[in-house]
Amino acid sequence: MERKACYFLLPMASTDKETEIELARDLLAGNMGAFDRFVEAFHSRLFQYTMLVCGQREDAEEVAQDTLLKVFENFGRLREPEHVRAWVFRIARNACLMKRRKSTFAPTQELSLDELMPVAGDRGGERKFELPDRAELPDTKLLRSELKDVMTEAIHSLPDLYKTVLLLRDVEELSTEETAGILDVSSDVVKTRLHRARLAVRQKLDGYIRAGAN
Amino acid sequence: MSHQHGAQSEDCKELFGRLSEYLDGELSPEACREIEEHLCDCPPCIEFINSFRRTIDLCRRFEPSGAPAPVSPEAKQQLLAVLRRALDSRESPHR
Repeated sequence: MERKACYFLLPMASTDKETEIELARDLLAGNMGAFDRFVEAFHSRLFQYTMLVCGQREDAEEVAQDTLLKVFENFGRLREPEHVRAWVFRIARNACLMKRRKSTFAPTQELSLDELMPVAGDRGGERKFELPDRAELPDTKLLRSELKDVMTEAIHSLPDLYKTVLLLRDVEELSTEETAGILDVSSDVVKTRLHRARLAVRQKLDGYIRAGAN
Repeated sequence: MSHQHGAQSEDCKELFGRLSEYLDGELSPEACREIEEHLCDCPPCIEFINSFRRTIDLCRRFEPSGAPAPVSPEAKQQLLAVLRRALDSRESPHR
């Protein structure tokens, strides 16, 4: 039998982390010419994160700006510019927690692996995946627009424990170890939460995933 | 590895629980080999893994609607001043 070695493995993420690292090194070296680009590089990224965590635009903008302020207040303590993104998002995470403590405290909620398994269908007991026919789906442009809304809702509706891991690992493309460091949990906990978060999002995106994959 | 798909097999459940670790390259070569052997004989799992990969791909490319209001020039000046102070206080012991 021919091996399909690593056929399904995810590709390495292509990111602009290198640019961020260079900008951080420049600032640490006192080159203030990198300041505007550093702010540009992180402001939108931080806003995306805080928007999905906080849910309200006003809160998200406030927390993103607070995070930038704390980043620059503590910039002299940045020891490893190669991990600048993880360092910035640790500060963002803490800023979100502070904001959350000041507002309604949402209870933590666990996602069960069993509930995320695909359901058994009726084709003689064979599993089937409940995906609509592509012909029933809207055109590509509308699909993309709707997909963004569905994605936003799918991610935002995740319990906070899972949402944060998904955002840091998949959206911000931080490593398992970096994410574990930010959240002060073990790497195994990060892996478990990430898997359940991805499964929960997949469950909510069924039809859109099928259309995009064809 | 041959198995019946009259119901979800134990192999399918095993794969389901470890799929993220597999896709992220965090499993041992032996565990990867077992999963890939299972996949060779399990179209439903291949269908699932493809949709799961697509989910992760969408998450990685996800950008929520709407950009933040730009940082105002005044706020930027304040941030720059804060940065200068932070770097100066770091450097002062060495002067």
